[in-house]
Amino acid sequence: MTFSPTVARVKQKRIAELISSGKRLDGRGLTDYREVELEAGIIERAEGSARVRLGKTEVMVGTKIEVGEPFPDVPNEGVLTVNAELVPLASPTFEPGPPDENSIELARIVDRGIRESKAIELEKLCIEPGKKVFVIFVDVYVLNHDGNLIDASAMAALAALLNTKMFNYEVEKGEIKVKPGYTPLPIRNHPVAVTFAKIDDKLVVDPWLEEEQVMDARFTITLDKDGKVCAVQKGGYGYFTIQQILEATKIAREKTEDLRKLVVKS
Amino acid sequence: MAQRKLEKLIDKNDVRIDGRKLNELRPVKIEVGILGNADGSAYIEQGKNKILAAVYGPKEVHPRHLALPDRAVLRCRYHMAPFSVEERKSPAPSRREMELSKVIREALEPSVFVEYYPRTSVDIFIEVLQADGGTRCAGITAASLALADAGIPMRDLVVACAAGKVEGRLVLDLTDLEDKGGEADVPLAFMPNLNAITLLQMDGSLAIDEFEKLINLALDGCRHLYTLQKETLKSKYVAVKEAVEE
Repeated sequence: MTFSPTVARVKQKRIAELISSGKRLDGRGLTDYREVELEAGIIERAEGSARVRLGKTEVMVGTKIEVGEPFPDVPNEGVLTVNAELVPLASPTFEPGPPDENSIELARIVDRGIRESKAIELEKLCIEPGKKVFVIFVDVYVLNHDGNLIDASAMAALAALLNTKMFNYEVEKGEIKVKPGYTPLPIRNHPVAVTFAKIDDKLVVDPWLEEEQVMDARFTITLDKDGKVCAVQKGGYGYFTIQQILEATKIAREKTEDLRKLVVKS
Repeated sequence: MAQRKLEKLIDKNDVRIDGRKLNELRPVKIEVGILGNADGSAYIEQGKNKILAAVYGPKEVHPRHLALPDRAVLRCRYHMAPFSVEERKSPAPSRREMELSKVIREALEPSVFVEYYPRTSVDIFIEVLQADGGTRCAGITAASLALADAGIPMRDLVVACAAGKVEGRLVLDLTDLEDKGGEADVPLAFMPNLNAITLLQMDGSLAIDEFEKLINLALDGCRHLYTLQKETLKSKYVAVKEAVEE
């Protein structure tokens, strides 16, 4: 995500050379993910939460639910809001302040995956059509940046949503009355993102920080549980050929199945 | 909105709501060199879209610490005028505009020889005066011409076009109505001479083979727009040549 031109030329060359012979600096194959660790329900105050560790990359996602107004064009549906914070403690390149374009892009890629796959049954979150609906806040909190924040955030967001509990309620004269007990947030789809880096005209899956710093371009594809494409984003200063895009799509198909199993069973 | 949903966007003869065929672009009008102060500028009308692009640079970078020792920094601002859409849009940059500014910059950068102008900046401004779907693509097509008009050395022109899925059918160059009522949208930017895709986004729901078909459809649209883009650029110099000869 963060573009830093300050990687030693020697290292740049070494990374590119290794990749052209099918190897990587950290010992992985070109289409291997780093080890994924996932914990859910770690923040009691949040309605749902999860932490994903992807190698040394660490992302936490918390969800909160509030009552708010629906969008006028969909008066019968709840509202989904995704926000990402590149917290300064996560990397020397992150600065405090309002969200920059990197954090906005990250949030919007995660948002598109969840929204376009219709992962949350938003139509079940309407309290009073046109007036009151539930607003689901998904807050992505990056705790340690070692590359591929997109996939880690997408996984953590899905895990947090699957872990989200809503309080039971009934509506009495337009007022919401909280009843005892909780029900899980209705989730019908499981979008998972796979990110590629193009280095020296070769594709690698799950780039770590040093690979991101030397990559020409980045490509993310999000697939839902039926293997349908629901979001795509190209990033970085380079380009892709159509053959590379199609190759990436094929690899992503296999990768998302493994990742999805990991997230959904947690 | 509810009434709109009842309208069919494509009839049974595969004619779209604005009378186009499935693989037909909207009427396009492009002009270059239309702003007095900018080093390069272009204006594009694609259907109801009306978009201005201007380029300033290479010039000294402000603030200075952003300058890079080995290349120019390319900066881009995509912005929509408050009156460009149905309901007034606040002029403050939205999250969408921030994201688009980033992806447009990354779509144009592969075409520019940034290493020729170290410690400088090239600033690109895209103002959407009227929007009707596909503004990021039309903006890229215009901005690339503005860069060429500014005389900045480039590997190729960047041309952009979207394809999408509407009512189960794959269509080229979606209007706002088709985008909102459709199932998926795939904006794409392309450098035809280098066979390089420099922007690719997608939202919606598509089978993998549909995704592939839409990329190819958008590429066809790009190739068509590319000839228009080149003609526009040439015609400016033809006009100058004629004026000199008179």
